[in-house]
Amino acid sequence: MTAQTQTEPVRQHQESSIRRFRNWWNSLPRPQQWVGVLPIVVLIYLLPVLNPPGLTTEPNVNFPISMYHAAVLVLVAIGLNVVVGQAGLLDLGYVGFYAIGAYVAALFTSKDSMLHKLPYLATLPLAMVVTMFFGLILGTPTLRLRGDYLAIVTLGFGEIVRLLATIIPALRGTVGFSGIGHPPGTQADGQPIFSVSNGTPWYWLAVTIIIVILLFVGNLERSRVGRAWVAIREDEDAAQMMGVPTFTFKLWAFAIGAAIGGLSGALFAGQNGFQNNQDFGVNFSVLYLCAVILGGSGNKVGVMIGAFIVSYIPDRFNFLGSQKYLVFGVALIVLMIFRPQGLLGARQRLLARGRTAYLRLVGKPEQLSSDSALTPEKGGGA
Amino acid sequence: MHPVTVFLADNSWINFDVSAFKELFWNNTFDGLAYGAIYSLIAMGYTLVYGVLRLINFAHSEVFIVGAYAVFFTLSFLGFGPFDPQISVLSLVGDLLLACIAAMLVSGVVAVLLERIAYRPLRRRNAPKLAFLITAIGASFAIQYLIELWRGPSAEQAVIMFQPQPVFTVFGANISNQQITIFVAAILLMVVTDTFINRTRFGRGIRAVAQDPDTATLMGVNKERVIMLTFLIGGLLAGAASLFYIMKVPAGVQYNGGFNLGIQAFAAAVLGGIGNIRGALLGGMLIGLIGNYGQTLLGASQWSQVIAFIALVVILMFRPTGILGESLGRARV
Repeated sequence: MTAQTQTEPVRQHQESSIRRFRNWWNSLPRPQQWVGVLPIVVLIYLLPVLNPPGLTTEPNVNFPISMYHAAVLVLVAIGLNVVVGQAGLLDLGYVGFYAIGAYVAALFTSKDSMLHKLPYLATLPLAMVVTMFFGLILGTPTLRLRGDYLAIVTLGFGEIVRLLATIIPALRGTVGFSGIGHPPGTQADGQPIFSVSNGTPWYWLAVTIIIVILLFVGNLERSRVGRAWVAIREDEDAAQMMGVPTFTFKLWAFAIGAAIGGLSGALFAGQNGFQNNQDFGVNFSVLYLCAVILGGSGNKVGVMIGAFIVSYIPDRFNFLGSQKYLVFGVALIVLMIFRPQGLLGARQRLLARGRTAYLRLVGKPEQLSSDSALTPEKGGGA
Repeated sequence: MHPVTVFLADNSWINFDVSAFKELFWNNTFDGLAYGAIYSLIAMGYTLVYGVLRLINFAHSEVFIVGAYAVFFTLSFLGFGPFDPQISVLSLVGDLLLACIAAMLVSGVVAVLLERIAYRPLRRRNAPKLAFLITAIGASFAIQYLIELWRGPSAEQAVIMFQPQPVFTVFGANISNQQITIFVAAILLMVVTDTFINRTRFGRGIRAVAQDPDTATLMGVNKERVIMLTFLIGGLLAGAASLFYIMKVPAGVQYNGGFNLGIQAFAAAVLGGIGNIRGALLGGMLIGLIGNYGQTLLGASQWSQVIAFIALVVILMFRPTGILGESLGRARV
């Protein structure tokens, strides 16, 4: 008891300084926030070139390629966050969409495929369309079910995609597709800029796509759609009562999440240059989920940090090997017990104009809700 | 012809082998029932825990595979290996019983420990449902990769308990002693469990908590003890299932070997109506049969899972609570 009373003021003090910074940041108009973020973005772009000594993963793993993999996982996490974090639907088959995206890129660009060849960059939107379609197919029957059924059915979907890649002859199983395309452009010596061995241009491409997707997802979150998602996540029945067409919006979340998953899969296949059925086990779905939960489900910045950690730690400390699954499995258990909302909790904020209006009306900055589907229910801790 | 149509028209996508399906129909039926019995036993664990806690115990497949390791070690210790053991029937039965008890004990203990370490702290904190599910996934992975750390990624050496011998023929299909053993033993275990749940005082406690935890607590049922008992029963059944699984698939002891089986068993539980014990039995048999038929019809063993899952989704679309409906509380009115 005494220990608790002693630490309480300290914690409050720490929280208040963080909160003060956050309030100050939130009070800035959006263009100023963008200017503030700009140096960080530039730094992120420069990461593989700088190759900072403490941060580098070499000599074990090529640093730009490691950064590229991290960027792809960040994109995956942003997509999964729409499904799990925003709409509160537990999707355990996300790797299925990722796989479909990768196979779209492979089927339409590899010399091993009998299909028409398309330029690689055209397969990126195509992958999004195809996976969105699969998301609708999977979502339409299953999103009417209760949450835990959805988890298991999506898990099955992920397995089905992997198994189909193994047993359908046209998808070439472990033999796979080699020579998957890449964006155009050659260096002075005739080598393609986007080569398998050079991660830096791929990384820049991925970061650019992430920024575009972030703008898109961020705007969605602040729109009517995003509010509907949060309502569904917090209490589906209540949302339905208030006139939110829950099924439609859940389906939207599912399809948009799927499309982003497909996009990241296609990106991954491009840099890899080769695609077979080996990269799509259920353990990847769990890894993605871990990234989202670790960072803070429902918080875009959080899930990006989470994804970076999940991708970067095994590369940096590569003695972890396959034990990374053990580490992240234990991390999930511990997180759920001690910090279920992740590193950064879910937050729903008003827009800058709404904030000033709120401030004028209420006389104090907006109260951020840190509620998410994962924070403990208040009261009645029996 | 247009290349896309060539791509879709040739046989490189899906082949239907109807003649093999017809020819092997009864073989598949009997073998499917044997597999189904194993699925049913595992599905009971999912169903019991779900009935009481409304939790998909994702790590139940790892409870099962831990039992399989116990079977492997016991039988290896007793001198079994990748060869046909030439021992008398009586000593064989004794050895198998020993292995079965070892597996049941190990699985039961792991299930109870899992509940203690992973789920109980969450219940204390009144955590939301999603947190339980994520913990379960985390536990499943933690156990899998702990085993991988200990035993390495490859499968263990096969342990053959006895070579299946055809005993009699029905509809032109041989029924082996192995299939009979698995089916009869599994059904027996399930009848015992069903009786335990429906007829004993402990079973009444389980049904009461499944129906209404708060009221049951007010009526003097020790909820924590009931939850522990539920995990224990699930673990014991999974342990027994692991023995039958190794009997059928001698080289199936691998760190991630339980995962797919667990998914199938869960599908079985949902198919029959999760939370419903007899539903688990029915669902397990159906999944076993459907999987076996699909596998022969489409020509690759992996199809069994694909088909099982498609069947699950289709049934859930029309009957979201499974075939027999979901209620452990109303198992006996």
